[in-house]
Amino acid sequence: MTSHDAPPTLGLSTGPATSLAYHTGTWRTERPVYVELAPPCSLACPSGEDIRGWLGSTQEGEAGFEAAWRRLVAANPFPAIMGRICYHPCQTSCNRTDVDEEVGINAVERFLGDTALERGWALPAPAASSGRTVLVVGSGPAGLSAAYHLRQLGHAVVVREAAAEPGGMMRYGIPAYRLPRDVLAAEIRRIEDTGVTIECSTPVTSLDEAQAEFDAVVLTVGAGVAHHVDIPAGAASKIVDAIDVLRDVASGHAPLLGRRVAVYGGGNTAMDAARTARRLGAQEAVVVYRRTREQMPAHPTELEDAVGEGVRVQWLSTISQVEGPTITIEKMELDEDGRPHGTGEFEELDADTVMLAVGQDADLTLLEGVGDVTVADGVVQVDPTTLMTGRDGVFAAGDVSPGSRTATYAIGRGARAAKAVDAWLASRVLPAEPVQREATAERLQPWYYSDAPKQHRAELEAARRVTGFEEVLSGLDAEHAVFEARRCMSCGSCFECDNCFGMCPDDAIKKLGPGMRYEIDYDYCKGCGICAEECPCGAIDMIPEVR
Amino acid sequence: MTTVHIPFLQTGTLAVGGRLLDDAERSVQSHADRPASLTKGHRACQGCAEALAARWVMDTAVEASDGKLVVANATGCLEVFSTLYPESAWKPPWIHSLFANAAAVATGIAASLHAQGRDDVRVLAQGGDGGTVDIGLAAVSGMFERNDDVLYVCYDNQGYMNTGVQRSSATPASARTATTPAVGRTPGQAFGQGKSMVKIAMAHEIPYVASATVADLRDLEHKVRTAMSIRGARYLHVLVPCPVGWGSSSSQSIALSRAAVQSGIFPVVEARAGELTDVQRIRERADVEEYLRPQARFAHLFKPGGEDALERWRALAEANIRRYDLLGERS
Repeated sequence: MTSHDAPPTLGLSTGPATSLAYHTGTWRTERPVYVELAPPCSLACPSGEDIRGWLGSTQEGEAGFEAAWRRLVAANPFPAIMGRICYHPCQTSCNRTDVDEEVGINAVERFLGDTALERGWALPAPAASSGRTVLVVGSGPAGLSAAYHLRQLGHAVVVREAAAEPGGMMRYGIPAYRLPRDVLAAEIRRIEDTGVTIECSTPVTSLDEAQAEFDAVVLTVGAGVAHHVDIPAGAASKIVDAIDVLRDVASGHAPLLGRRVAVYGGGNTAMDAARTARRLGAQEAVVVYRRTREQMPAHPTELEDAVGEGVRVQWLSTISQVEGPTITIEKMELDEDGRPHGTGEFEELDADTVMLAVGQDADLTLLEGVGDVTVADGVVQVDPTTLMTGRDGVFAAGDVSPGSRTATYAIGRGARAAKAVDAWLASRVLPAEPVQREATAERLQPWYYSDAPKQHRAELEAARRVTGFEEVLSGLDAEHAVFEARRCMSCGSCFECDNCFGMCPDDAIKKLGPGMRYEIDYDYCKGCGICAEECPCGAIDMIPEVR
Repeated sequence: MTTVHIPFLQTGTLAVGGRLLDDAERSVQSHADRPASLTKGHRACQGCAEALAARWVMDTAVEASDGKLVVANATGCLEVFSTLYPESAWKPPWIHSLFANAAAVATGIAASLHAQGRDDVRVLAQGGDGGTVDIGLAAVSGMFERNDDVLYVCYDNQGYMNTGVQRSSATPASARTATTPAVGRTPGQAFGQGKSMVKIAMAHEIPYVASATVADLRDLEHKVRTAMSIRGARYLHVLVPCPVGWGSSSSQSIALSRAAVQSGIFPVVEARAGELTDVQRIRERADVEEYLRPQARFAHLFKPGGEDALERWRALAEANIRRYDLLGERS
């Protein structure tokens, strides 16, 4: 090929001059500029993952897997865990929904997490020692996330856990059929390998002593105490807390529940409890919930999975009395505001055991008598930017503090707490999280994305599922994970499709080579706007030309 | 179509390139060192699809001929905006003589090269719809009839644009131009006039006839490459939206081409020796409004009294869809 900018070498004998001498850029009233916008998936990710980034590396196949995993664990050290249990708000917000189906981000995350465990990839080495020490109280997702990020920043970190094993609700609240214990153990061990010390069966009983021993303290004790409701019950009635059953099963002490089990509540714990009851041999598991399906706090997929395993739901019902193996249920109706009220209409239901799953409270015994830490609405109040409690040097994150009670949120807040502790230790002011411009669906040009439906993870047959605690969802293989990753539309970030370069009528865009993207030649760009219009991912803005 | 099918790599066949594509699978336009036969600094208006199509066509032809290409250009926008004395925006050898005779000049070049035993040098002639469908039709028809070894490319912007947007015989019905104002009982270009150059070319039963748009680069490159692999008279008709003449936003030139194809208004076809051999199916069906509404030359269709004309446009699209089986219902 001839050189890009070479003048014509053949032609009239008089040798015409080249049009390159004429700079058509002076015509421009608007100029295109490349922008980098935040995709809706990352904005929706409570863990703050750069999802578009790690999907981008995964797209390259084998050569990109480790880089993808490293981009992922920069935010979240638990991809194999979260690839299984996360409710993936990223997928709910995915712009690809407008084209066919959302990208199966969660499945790719799990693939990367599992691949890393198989190949023994280590987390990044921590920064040089800061000489500072931090105590993390509680080893749930918030605590371990805080510990991991604090260690990465060079601090010496000790995690103290009251239970016999680390993991918090990931171990004692989430059943093994959703999160196999070897996966949990391996991802926790990998954090320990970076130098984090986890001391189990070591409850922290005094905040003052903890502060005397460490430079800073992060409270991540979770919300593992069952909330109670008063139900009139006979002496022979068997009423247990769902969270205790889940904990006992996780500890290897599966309780006897009987043939018929009623679960009272409508959250994810209720679903886990009902599914666990089925696995423990209950032929009937009925969830009694006082509102409707639309109002149910349980994640829709959890409900679907439970129903798929034979769990029945009794909507608009409350348990008014338990007497031996018989429970009395009152029918409810919703008023105009959507609040349930009793109808005075009753029915009876046989149940050997009633499991209560009506919410969980934070265990705040550590804070008894600690006047400067404010507790309100059952949780520890913190500064929304720094996550510091009322006491200097004491921070809180996860279920013990305000906010969504999910593992992904806890991981994100743990990471934030680590940043805040790091800033506080260095007497720096922690800036608020920046507001990012979103790559909305309207900016995209979906024409260029082929139809490619989501690769569904094979689900175990429902019949097989209820017989044991083996994992319900299987993972993607490498080929499918790469395919799924390539369904990412890279919203708001150039992925080098060459559209702008190829479609410029004025040849005014330079291609800089792999990974280097493009450069606009403003000497010649007339500002027609075709590049911005035809950019699939909305990574070009047209802005007024100022001369 | 028979274009190369690109495996699913984030984007599919419709994007220009893609970082995950093998070099061999990339379009000519996606290469940083593409010929750029029509270089920077030309004076085409903002968003000119003719300038874009001309670079796409000629870059592919340059590659296909291994750089041995001579181009004859009819008078028209393409010639005016690319060669303001003393400058030229063309890299390949390029000649302009008159409005009517680009096909005849190309015939002469081809005959001369053949006489010199230089059949390795290929000849391309190009012009707008004025130079092809109106003024130069006799020369084009003669070139076809003699089966001269020339690829003739018509960039159809549907009017005489650089002289002030006068109608041509390729101006679509109901379009407003300087000479077909949107007044009276039948505003704009009258229905029932004009001609289909693709069908005229096919009627000559020349070896290869095809239509294309700037909405599908790979299809266009494929057609140029196919045409270059054949000897004899070949004809390629490319729809090129003109923001100035059509009254559309300069950023919409590709979007309008897409709407023209997806609504059935502009059938993208391939024919050999007079026989229709391939048709590009509609991928996401669009209403004709999507094509017409963004163009000021059709603004009167969307005012009271424009309903009849709009219905005739729909009927036109339906007729194309039936005739060319654009929805793939018969196969």
